[in-house]
Amino acid sequence: MAEKAKTDTGRKPDAIRLEGISKSFGTIQANRNVSMSIRRGEILSVLGENGSGKTTLMNIMSGIYFPDEGRIFVDGEEVTIASPKDAFSLGIGMIHQHFKLVDVFTAAENIVLGLPPEESGEGKRLDMKAVSKRIRQICDRYGFDIEPDQKVYEMTVSQKQTLEIVKVLYRGADILILDEPTAVLTPQETEKLFGVMREMKKDGCAVVIITHKLHEVLEISDRVVILRKGEYIGDIATSDADELTLTEMMVGKKVALDIERPEPVGRKLRLAVKHLTVIGPEGLPTLKDATFDVYGGEILGVAGISGCGQKELLEAIAGLQIPAEGSSVTFYPSSGGADSELVGLTPRQIKELGIHLSFVPEDRLGMGLVGSMGMTENMMLKSYEKGKSFFTDTQAPKKLAEDVKEDLAVVTPSVSTPVRRLSGGNVQKVLVGREIAAAPEVLMTAYAVRGLDIGTSYQIYRLLNEQKKKGVAVLYVGEDLDVLIDLCDRILVLCAGQITGLVNGREATKEGIGLLMTKLNSHDDNSRGDGGKEG
Amino acid sequence: MIQENLLAWLTRSIQFGTVIMYGSLGEILTEKSGNLNLGVPGIMYLGAFAGFASVFTYEKNHPNPSAVVCVLLGMVFAFLAAALGGLIYSFLTITLRANQNVTGLALTTFGTGVANFMCTFMFPGVYAKAGFANAAFKTKIPFLSDRLGIVGQIFFSYDLLVYLAIVTAILMHLYISKTRSGLNLRAVGENPATADAAGVNVTRHKYLATVIGAGVSGMGGLYYVVTYNDGIWATTDEIAALGWLAVALVIFTTWRPLNAIWGAYLFGTLYWLYNFLPKLLGATNTERTASLYQMLPYLVTIVVLVAVSLRRRRESQPPASLGLPYFREDR
Repeated sequence: MAEKAKTDTGRKPDAIRLEGISKSFGTIQANRNVSMSIRRGEILSVLGENGSGKTTLMNIMSGIYFPDEGRIFVDGEEVTIASPKDAFSLGIGMIHQHFKLVDVFTAAENIVLGLPPEESGEGKRLDMKAVSKRIRQICDRYGFDIEPDQKVYEMTVSQKQTLEIVKVLYRGADILILDEPTAVLTPQETEKLFGVMREMKKDGCAVVIITHKLHEVLEISDRVVILRKGEYIGDIATSDADELTLTEMMVGKKVALDIERPEPVGRKLRLAVKHLTVIGPEGLPTLKDATFDVYGGEILGVAGISGCGQKELLEAIAGLQIPAEGSSVTFYPSSGGADSELVGLTPRQIKELGIHLSFVPEDRLGMGLVGSMGMTENMMLKSYEKGKSFFTDTQAPKKLAEDVKEDLAVVTPSVSTPVRRLSGGNVQKVLVGREIAAAPEVLMTAYAVRGLDIGTSYQIYRLLNEQKKKGVAVLYVGEDLDVLIDLCDRILVLCAGQITGLVNGREATKEGIGLLMTKLNSHDDNSRGDGGKEG
Repeated sequence: MIQENLLAWLTRSIQFGTVIMYGSLGEILTEKSGNLNLGVPGIMYLGAFAGFASVFTYEKNHPNPSAVVCVLLGMVFAFLAAALGGLIYSFLTITLRANQNVTGLALTTFGTGVANFMCTFMFPGVYAKAGFANAAFKTKIPFLSDRLGIVGQIFFSYDLLVYLAIVTAILMHLYISKTRSGLNLRAVGENPATADAAGVNVTRHKYLATVIGAGVSGMGGLYYVVTYNDGIWATTDEIAALGWLAVALVIFTTWRPLNAIWGAYLFGTLYWLYNFLPKLLGATNTERTASLYQMLPYLVTIVVLVAVSLRRRRESQPPASLGLPYFREDR
């Protein structure tokens, strides 16, 4: 078997070689038959959209997940990585996107955590002075700025990340996997990190960086591996790659979906969003200066890698997030009445104007529906405040639940069956059905078809189109570019909280949108037109 | 007269404090692993019952009982029975991932119920007294307790379990803050995913901390019956009441074993205020004022909670993942 694990050059075996790795979570297949290799003295980028299975694959190598199928070779030897401990002993260290640090511990305590005495290099007793000394040595060598006695909760994001790197180096790792390390860093910090990565490469380490930022891939890596929808697409030497080829490999060829897209009729300005900025919990803007219009009678798609401000955008319009000063969202009712400013209104006031958020996050039951309640009671969540009687009106919601069940073909034994027992698609239909039933002026959906089968997805598209025909302004946040291009009249592209483009859905190309999704404002002046002019 | 009263107050406070010190030391260890075990009252009850039952049976069936055997027997059985309670809790919450609050409360009911049920077989009749065991457990330090006058009375006139509680607190402090395993345990309670990724066996640490913690808590129950209650199996309802006070004491200590030493004695002093303060002041006591005085430990806990929340010191907060289940492949 060791023969097979040799590289083509035949000199040294690959640091890690994966063969036929598959992993699924319930019904979701995160990785399907992935084979790839990681070499020493090389920086490898693993590129892919969200949900392409990059992180799952790396978690398999670092022992967090165990593969359902497939084999792993380290330095030519077949190994079993059943736990993070196994990974450490093979020299594999992973720096997670969400830091794995204990906040109330010092840097040194975090580093020595979980280490058996013989490997921590300071004898049987826990000698924090010796630990600190070794940490300083590592820091001096790579130019890190870490104070061993500093508590983690006092550190900046960049310091925490440095600490994570020191942690794996302390453990003697020579295969480093960094999961989207630059997502939380400023450009200067990113430069510093890249410097460190190059140092490690020079030391003969194998360095893997997971990312979806093309310019970083081109800047730092020697070779790129592309994953799409859990599958290995191919690898390419960075010197042979450019943004266009990478984007094509990442998003794939356009697939015709044959989704109906009626021409907008009676297109009318409904929402005017101006300079909308949302400051995240870390004090950094999660949505920067977004300015665009939403029209009644059309579907406005929102594309972007997830976590690029989509959630903030919808929630700010719905009043669930307080936008920063200078933001403005003006609502023009279809009745032609007076326009109103939404910023500053409570979520309920906004809802009463007819702006409905049918937000469907990864956890469908987490937001919007109560899992242990039946359809009827879930309908009531939106109407309980109606009526003057002491007792709630259960007849109207029950009728509504029956109607939704009938119209959308919700498969459930009865409208009183707890919705958590329904399948994902049916839960989604309940959620969307309820929002539609309220006769909205603006309907906002996020990831409305995530995890649904084809048939149910098309039903959801049909529902959205019906709303569009009624003159409703539909905001559709999606992740599948094929769907966005086929369904939406216009597509807004977000990248790291900024609008990088607004393209016409009828003229847009997958590559054009893909490029906008991975490009920051700094150098997108010429790419804005790529996907077609604003509609 | 005043000195006599003060000394009696001190003795009572320290005995009372010892009961809840064991209870809360065990719970501190448990909570350090992220398990919020609200079954402390039940666990202490189990420990009290098993410890008392073993010494009671021993002295009734042995013509010539030995004090050393008696003490060891009581401690071992109290520890084992309480640890068994901790094992049930661990299995339910760690392996089966049941809700920790519900499981803990159920264990409280279960512990008292089982112990009371077994009582009807072990000591039929209403009055069970283990006189020999009481004397054995109450043995003071020879020499030091009666030679040094007032100093001896204040510092050395207590029994073995009082000093053992202090030693346990110190050892636990050293374990948690100075050892490698203690560091790993704290990490498990703070952030099990991080500990897991670092190669710490989360399940094993949770099990061990919870089972040993329960055993330590059980010693409080034993001490209540054989010493505090003069070796009589009666007014056992109060064990559960003291169990809740032990849980309150955990919050009071801000999860630091060393604070449990003075905290427990402070609680004891406050609890027994109703008896001794009026005597010292020459006032008469009514049942109403007694109850008011006995509220003080709880009030102090609330004050500490408020103060800790206001200061927002990260080190004084409960373990971050306290009460949460952990499963590695949760997404």
